[in-house]
Amino acid sequence: MAYALQQLINGISLGMIYGLIAVGYTMVYGIIGMINFAHGDVFMIGAFLSLIAVLLLSMGGVMGGPAGIILVLLLSVVITGVYGWAIERIAYRPLRGSFRLAPLISAIGLSIVLQNFVQVSQGARVKPMETLVPGGIEVMREEGFVVQFAYTQMMIIGVTLAVLAVFTILVTRTPLGRAMRACEQDRKMASLLGIDTDKTISLTFVIGAALASVAGTMYLLRYGVIDFYIGFLAGVKAFTAAVLGGIGSLPGAVLGGLLIGLIETFWSAYFSVQYKDVAAFSILVLTLIFLPTGLLGRQEVEKV
Amino acid sequence: MRLQLALKDALVGAVVAALLFVPLVALRTDVGSTGALTLRYRWTDAAILIGLVFIGRLALVLWMGRDGLRPSTSAGPWTLRLQRLGKLAAPAFLAVALVLPAIPGIDRYWLDLGILVLTYVMLGWGLNIVVGLAGLLDLGYVAFYAVGAYSYALLAQYFGLSFWVCLPLAGVLAAFWGILLGFPVLRLRGDYLAIVTLAFGEIIRVVLLNWVSLTGGPNGISGIPRPSFFGLPFSMAGGEGTFAGFFGLEPSSTHRVIFLYYLILALALLTNWVTIRLRRQPLGRAWEALREDEIACRALGINVTVTKLTAFALGAMFGGFAGAFFATRQAFISPESFTFIESAIILAIVVLGGLGSQIGVAIAALALIGGTEIFRDLQEWRMLVFGGAMVVIMVLRPRGLVGTRTPSIALGKRRAIDGKLVGEGHG
Amino acid sequence: MSRPILEVQGLTMRFGGLTAVSGVSFAARSGEITALIGPNGAGKTTLFNCVTGFYRPSEGIIRLHKPGEPPTELQRLAGHRIARAGVARTFQNIRLFPGMTALENLLIAQHNRLMASTGWGIGAVLGLSGYPRAERQAVELAKRWLTATDLMDRADDPAGALPYGQQRRLEIARAMCTEPALLCLDEPAAGLNPRESDELARLLLDIRAEGTSILLIEHDMGVVMRISDRVVVLDHGVLIADGTPAEVRRNAKVIAAYLGEDEEEVAAADDRRAMPQASAAGLNRSGSNP
Repeated sequence: MAYALQQLINGISLGMIYGLIAVGYTMVYGIIGMINFAHGDVFMIGAFLSLIAVLLLSMGGVMGGPAGIILVLLLSVVITGVYGWAIERIAYRPLRGSFRLAPLISAIGLSIVLQNFVQVSQGARVKPMETLVPGGIEVMREEGFVVQFAYTQMMIIGVTLAVLAVFTILVTRTPLGRAMRACEQDRKMASLLGIDTDKTISLTFVIGAALASVAGTMYLLRYGVIDFYIGFLAGVKAFTAAVLGGIGSLPGAVLGGLLIGLIETFWSAYFSVQYKDVAAFSILVLTLIFLPTGLLGRQEVEKV
Repeated sequence: MRLQLALKDALVGAVVAALLFVPLVALRTDVGSTGALTLRYRWTDAAILIGLVFIGRLALVLWMGRDGLRPSTSAGPWTLRLQRLGKLAAPAFLAVALVLPAIPGIDRYWLDLGILVLTYVMLGWGLNIVVGLAGLLDLGYVAFYAVGAYSYALLAQYFGLSFWVCLPLAGVLAAFWGILLGFPVLRLRGDYLAIVTLAFGEIIRVVLLNWVSLTGGPNGISGIPRPSFFGLPFSMAGGEGTFAGFFGLEPSSTHRVIFLYYLILALALLTNWVTIRLRRQPLGRAWEALREDEIACRALGINVTVTKLTAFALGAMFGGFAGAFFATRQAFISPESFTFIESAIILAIVVLGGLGSQIGVAIAALALIGGTEIFRDLQEWRMLVFGGAMVVIMVLRPRGLVGTRTPSIALGKRRAIDGKLVGEGHG
Repeated sequence: MSRPILEVQGLTMRFGGLTAVSGVSFAARSGEITALIGPNGAGKTTLFNCVTGFYRPSEGIIRLHKPGEPPTELQRLAGHRIARAGVARTFQNIRLFPGMTALENLLIAQHNRLMASTGWGIGAVLGLSGYPRAERQAVELAKRWLTATDLMDRADDPAGALPYGQQRRLEIARAMCTEPALLCLDEPAAGLNPRESDELARLLLDIRAEGTSILLIEHDMGVVMRISDRVVVLDHGVLIADGTPAEVRRNAKVIAAYLGEDEEEVAAADDRRAMPQASAAGLNRSGSNP
């Protein structure tokens, strides 16, 4: 019981991170109808930028306390946002309206570039960081097993919910959100109605990158070890989350993220750690075969 | 006026570059001697990069105008010349490939490079059946390469079967896996199919990595038997019953390399020959029709599932052959050789070469694999250049180097069909 | 009066809560041109898609009577088996293989026959089978239809580069290359100019003369009344008339369906509003079917 409760807590906090990344996939898929293959690497960049920000701030003596973490978040969000913008500008915009495979290949190319850029500039070795926020609350104790709700986990859940709340307001209540939804429905019509679709798509990438960067910061604070390759697996799992929740659906992405986090955690805890990635991949395959529209997605009817 | 515009653009570029490069390049994180992380400053490196972006953007706008670099699908001077040379180019390439080992000055290094390039040419041709002809986006092609390699390694290890028995078996097993994996997923479309095939590729790799009792896990399988020349082993010792002994040659380690070179050349040409033949026949035409319009195919009575499966299985089979060759050449395999990046490289070769174009795929493999070999000593830079090349080529020529399609039959003269008209499949 | 080629009995098609076609029964006779007409949203395309195997009907039987063969129940067949059973179709928004030449398009239509002659691919790769002869025959058939549709000089051009009218004709030629017993055409005259419409009418009469029966959806009443032997009228998913063109033209229900909407305009659905003027004016096509 206690063991399961601990897994539940771990699974939810991991799932929140996947959910944040998945929102970026779902948004981009919704608006330009393609998988942003470099999105997982944006998450990785976000984690690295957070690490650098933490080191900079602790050298300046301002790290420590919530203010420091908020500064780290801000720094990493802004610069990762620039990365998101640059990715769209370089690999997607020139190919808009072109062949479907071309942007996919250029995005895969850019994903390789980002990974190797970080490998070259920051080194291939893993970066272990001392934990900034140690400890947690003891939730319950059973036969010597202590269930701990770590402060970092609370922070992940709190920050994720706050970010998602702001983001939801942005999408549903602001002109930008309206423009995004209009582009999603019919980009040509939206541009005829005077919406700057290029700008809207750019902003979608920036927002997606910002969310991935928050996920990167959270990942760094919680797990403390990053390398240039973390983006690939996290990306595939987050994409699985987006598909599971129903691609194009924002609440679906978060729900999918939570499910993937929980399944992965429980799978590792009760079956086999080695095969935990197989669990995520199998869910992806099974979802696409048996529930291609996902949990909250819309049904599509084949037109003849 | 133009200078002003160019300066403004270059300045914007430099500011963006500064934001991108200052944190990640100028501030390098290092694990210090105490195990704690420290920052090292590298301002000059970042400044050089920013300067390069500024100058590059400035030059680009001055020289070619703001919209200088735009995607082009029309047949550029490049492709036109290639087409005119096409009839000559293919035999010329083939001739060079055939006599390569005999050319003076070609040493072992060049032969090894030739083998590497030819392996990717073969993989590219194999995947071209799936992606280029049938229009099925497969991001997990490396799985079949792995199946072929492990099939040979395991059959040789556990049953002592020779390479020549295992080669067809590896192909058959890979084709079987292709059908097994293909059957449930082939009704998916586009990006979904891509991501599912990617997942399959990763599942196979993770299983290979963790099924230690069978595959040796991360340590891989070593001591895989080398191929023999129709029963005559290559041996440095020479003597009766070896290749060198039988032909009365001085025993040399290059014999085997030359043999491997011709082996992969033959396998690649087999792939090419089968593809070219099938393209002119109902099956190949049905693949291309499927790429153009699946619904119309169904209305014409073509069994869409079976047709897709044949493409998938045939592509997988050639991947399996290449895998068996890889295993026998290396004598050692481990899951590390079968990562997603390999699938991405093979797909990039196919797309950059031009979907469906055999000569394009061969040129792309030569350029990408041979070209980035120059950066071999700088391992991580090599992939950086590789990824960058993928982006640049795609942005400039989204249809690949050879973007046109040649009809499979004609009453009069065969005229190339503009890439704009040719579909690229939806699944 | 000849035998039926196609018999539809109690055909019903529901999409979720919406009944697009409800209990429709009619027969198309062998060697005749049967037209399926009705206002927009009447369920013509749905019915059509059931007959050609793109939808599986919720209820009802669709029976194909090929001369000299036992009847086939089409609703039981998998999509790709319909064409093999002897039903070919064209599409409202043309679906050619745009990157392939006209000739290639027509050869793909003969895929199943050619495939059998190659020994399912394997024999042909090895050069063992009687494939070259089969291909020559296939090319002959293709040439015949290219000539019949006046496209012979475009044989080696990519289908996607042909002008609209030629694409329509090529699609019909492609359907005919499957050697069907019943040819189903979804608005073949849509977008054609009057001269092209005339040519089309002549082509369809030629096809009928060669013994292929035709079922067509058409908005161009000029074409329908001129060439149809029989007209079936649907409205709101229900069959309201079935008879010769002359009979149908006089049918009160048909006139009400097309023209009577003015009186109940308030109740009429928005998408049907364009219809009365268009058909009253005579022979135009209006809008496209959902």
